[in-house]
Amino acid sequence: MSAYAVTLATIPLSVLSYGCFRTTRVDLDLDFERRSTAPLLAPVQPRKLAKVPFVELADGRLQGVVSSGSDIARVYVSSIGAGSHGLSCSTNNNRPCGGLHGSWPCKHLQALLDEAVLQYGAERVARYLRIEVEEGESLVQGLHGQHEPAPAATVFSSFLRHLAYLELPGSTDPIPELHWFPAGGAR
Amino acid sequence: MLALLDDAGAGTDLGLDEALDLVAVVDDGLVHGFARVDDERATALAALAGAFAGSPLHARIAEAVDKIAVGSIADDHLLALAAARIAVFGAVHDALLARADAALNRARAPWQGAPGPAASAANLLAGGRSWLRELAITGWRGVDHDLVTASSQVIEAMLADPELRRLAVLLDGLAAELRAASPIATLERVPVRRWADLWSRALLLAQDGGRAQRAADAETVSGRLLLLGADVHEHGTAFQLQVHGVLETGASGPRLVRTSVTVAKVDTIVGPAIWRLLQGHPVLMTALAERHSLDLTEMPLLASGDLVWRDAQAKAGEPADPFATARVLLAGALAPAVPPLERHPARIAEPVFVEGESAVPIDTTRLPACGPLTAQLVANASACIGLLRWDAGRWTVQPIAVQARVKKKTVAVHTTDWALGPTDAKAAKAAGDAVEVLRERTGRLLRK
Repeated sequence: MSAYAVTLATIPLSVLSYGCFRTTRVDLDLDFERRSTAPLLAPVQPRKLAKVPFVELADGRLQGVVSSGSDIARVYVSSIGAGSHGLSCSTNNNRPCGGLHGSWPCKHLQALLDEAVLQYGAERVARYLRIEVEEGESLVQGLHGQHEPAPAATVFSSFLRHLAYLELPGSTDPIPELHWFPAGGAR
Repeated sequence: MLALLDDAGAGTDLGLDEALDLVAVVDDGLVHGFARVDDERATALAALAGAFAGSPLHARIAEAVDKIAVGSIADDHLLALAAARIAVFGAVHDALLARADAALNRARAPWQGAPGPAASAANLLAGGRSWLRELAITGWRGVDHDLVTASSQVIEAMLADPELRRLAVLLDGLAAELRAASPIATLERVPVRRWADLWSRALLLAQDGGRAQRAADAETVSGRLLLLGADVHEHGTAFQLQVHGVLETGASGPRLVRTSVTVAKVDTIVGPAIWRLLQGHPVLMTALAERHSLDLTEMPLLASGDLVWRDAQAKAGEPADPFATARVLLAGALAPAVPPLERHPARIAEPVFVEGESAVPIDTTRLPACGPLTAQLVANASACIGLLRWDAGRWTVQPIAVQARVKKKTVAVHTTDWALGPTDAKAAKAAGDAVEVLRERTGRLLRK
């Protein structure tokens, strides 16, 4: 048996194309448990950051920072609680957002939710927040929470920690551990 | 030549499966936590210790296994388990690499490096070990948001210390995965080997930082560097471009070398936007984008074959087609030794040139989003420069450059064609201004 036949017989291939090259995408789900580079995190999708520079699913909330439309030095810290859908929005100096009343999210919270959907995909956001909507409905229609002020300071310091990564100096010493983190995501 | 790799199917003649089964008990213990070790697992742990009979590690592993079986878990015991695992994977690595070298007819230099100094931040190392101990006792299935968050402060402090950069980048990547998967009790599938790999490497680095050789203690080289292409590594907060090339110094024959540039980033800087963060190395980036050679002057070269890049000590040379380099020089270039503690199958990334039918599958899962190389281009390729890799029992070739037919013309496409920014208008628009926006926000909010 030729080596080529052995390859085909022993390696499950999902053959993409028969060009000059036989290319495959290794089925990463197969042997997931014994794969050193088993993929766990899908890379986040690129999005415009000017309006909502920071979004995260953390501390049981969708939380983030929304730039003010009128004052370049002001940002709003906005969050939606998982499960409860408790809505919170205030400036980084803890002044409550004037647009948030009762159960309808202000424009900052709507922007936060929209950008989270761009970044993580609607399914992951809905699962984390436990939002149930009919197919085709936007996630904002599935919110059922009330105004529930959450501490802005924690989210804001999380954002500052996030920004601090860009202040770290680069390095040209090799980091062999990064072989476990292959980049992917090409079209 | 690569056909030789598959002569024995998955390589069973090397005893790889048996060796890897041996350490599965450690991986399995990390899933359920070493706080509870049932009889079955205690027996498997004893078998692991038995397999090390006659090795210098035996006494420590045997003691660790005895103590863990009765529920007494000290840092030294966990280190012994990690060391057992690292030793087995090191042996598997050596067997695989020897096989690859034989198939490629590649000569490899013997290891001549000396370890560098230990990291000095003892308290941070202890903090890292403490978190890794909690993980091992709890087990992945018990990990929740609180246990992940407990690592935040120590990782943040480590990131600021250049001596601990490797450990910090590794722990940050592991913590992000654990956070995304929490609560892991209900996670459908646990990446058992992957997390055990990351945990054991982290525990090793958390002893003394890893003691990698420093540039200051390395030999320096002058000569011509011909580039082959680049591999891209990335997680939410780190990006590494690892460039492969052939070095000609005149003093000896051509040598295979690599050079790495690493930057810290955030998860929203993805795809072609990343190149903005690498602009501190214009000579290297221009050579990659415009495909010319580089003339090096007294550049540090570590015993591992890694040039420690200093952009000011390189200048642009003549135009040089990486495919010509791969065709002409790759077969005869001397490969570097692998540092003893870096021996693991996941680190195998041997440059290869493939033309026509490939005996090893060409895998497109590692094509990065930052460059123009796509699965479609690879499918239409007639030749490629790739990296030979091994994972989960299989060899694959990861393409880093291809020659393909596009609109009836043969073109070469490399992962690094956009190193000076996307040359494609659509990609340039998509790359956006993420880095500028975040830098503006940083200037306004962080430095207050």
